[in-house]
Amino acid sequence: MSAAPQIRIRDLSMSYGESLVLERVNLEVEQGAFCTIVGASGCGKSTFLRLLLSQETPTRGAIELNGTPIPPEPTPDRGIVFQRYSVFPHLSVEDNLIMASEFEASRWTGRLFGQDRKAAREMVSETLEKIGLAPARKRYPAQLSGGMQQRLAIAQALLKKPDILLLDEPFGALDPGIRADMHELLLGLWEELSMTVFMVTHDINEAFKLGTRMLVFDKLRHDPHAPDAFGATVTYDLPLTNDRESSRPSLDELLPSRPNP
Amino acid sequence: MRITNRKPSPPVAFLLGLIPFLAVLVAYAVASHYRRLENPADKLLPSLSDIGSAFLRMAFEADRRSGNYLLWLDTWDSLWRLGSGMLISTAIALILGISIGFVAHVRSGMAPFVATFSLIPPITILPILFIIFGLGEVSKIMLIVIGTAPVMVRGISQAVMDIPREMIIKAETLGASVWQMVTRIVLPQTLPQLITAVRLGLVPAWIFLVSAEAIASTSGLGYRIFLVRRYLAMDVILPYVAWITLLAFIIDRLLRLLSKRAFPWHHLKGDSL
Repeated sequence: MSAAPQIRIRDLSMSYGESLVLERVNLEVEQGAFCTIVGASGCGKSTFLRLLLSQETPTRGAIELNGTPIPPEPTPDRGIVFQRYSVFPHLSVEDNLIMASEFEASRWTGRLFGQDRKAAREMVSETLEKIGLAPARKRYPAQLSGGMQQRLAIAQALLKKPDILLLDEPFGALDPGIRADMHELLLGLWEELSMTVFMVTHDINEAFKLGTRMLVFDKLRHDPHAPDAFGATVTYDLPLTNDRESSRPSLDELLPSRPNP
Repeated sequence: MRITNRKPSPPVAFLLGLIPFLAVLVAYAVASHYRRLENPADKLLPSLSDIGSAFLRMAFEADRRSGNYLLWLDTWDSLWRLGSGMLISTAIALILGISIGFVAHVRSGMAPFVATFSLIPPITILPILFIIFGLGEVSKIMLIVIGTAPVMVRGISQAVMDIPREMIIKAETLGASVWQMVTRIVLPQTLPQLITAVRLGLVPAWIFLVSAEAIASTSGLGYRIFLVRRYLAMDVILPYVAWITLLAFIIDRLLRLLSKRAFPWHHLKGDSL
């Protein structure tokens, strides 16, 4: 179907007091796209993600999801994985994963007991197998490696089957080898669940490898005397095809305004 | 190897911990010995055996006038007051602390008041309490509550505010209501800090307990100490002080043990006192 885009962003601007972070972002994203977001530090990538999540309210402009404005606070239709603090440190791995069904089942205690809890823990066994955490199901997050914690965070973010998955530098703190494993896991889940993904990353190779579309955030105008006067917007919107390996522009070409190191 | 990179083995650590205690004991025994050489009836530094027999007398001989075993009666009364006061303080700290820490509107409304209230020197309120509640148990318990609750409330609300925002947002994306976030995330993550707040609150709580008992009471550890002071009975005062210290120490260790048992996830990283 050639229907309307799933997400439509119109004239989105965000400023904190005097400093303008995002300026006139216009974007339409189809259902099932994997958008990777790159840009220099402090260019508003994470702010953009927070706006998509409704963690913050835009100064101007609107974000529409399936034709209606997004709710003003985070809701289960948009899942999130942060770089840190994504999982609950006081719950074991399996209890982190039954949390969503517990919220749904018990309005007042938010907790399942006895047989119900046992059943809920059984139900996440398959998920635990898939993310390779079955042997660690009784452990606390602090007893897991960084990669294991992020696998748990991703699985947890997908519990409510969100339409959109938001990832804020999810693999930024991981080793390269573990990163490659995480890419496999993430691509597998994306294909299986046919959701839309927005992923902020510092790693341009990661952005090329995973995305179907790459959004580059940068400032169009730059005033050296007032660095906060202008905000960033989407300067490049690259569709990434299967032969992604060929003809990659470098980050320097994509970010002309970036100060040379 | 550098001293900072070496760790004592458990028995060595235990012995190292024992040394300062033994040093104080020996220093006392020596000082007491020389004073009693000059004046065998010295009351200021009685011998360790005199102290021991006075302690045993308080603990295991019925008082001639009332027929009570004074040490246990005093201990029970004091602990009852301390426990009631801390229980009320803890409940206030939990309810008010979580509301202030989690809901910005409650924070705007209550935080300045709690901060101001916590600066009132509690002892100055004691006469007011005596006037309002009389000289009975209520005024003593109220002094402990007033002295400890505001600081504990501030500690708990700070602990709630220190919960990473990411975790709250994650819970929201998992469909949690405000109440569910309180019961499943805020409360469990705050309980270890609550135990810390109780442990820290117990220090001033003992001060207020002993003060209140010293001023108007007919029983309690603080009352006894100030009563026998009239007879310069150091042989009773000293073991009572040691006994109070021991009680405070045991309560503190039990709370720490409780925290480690009940919240193992909180103690996975690093050492804690």
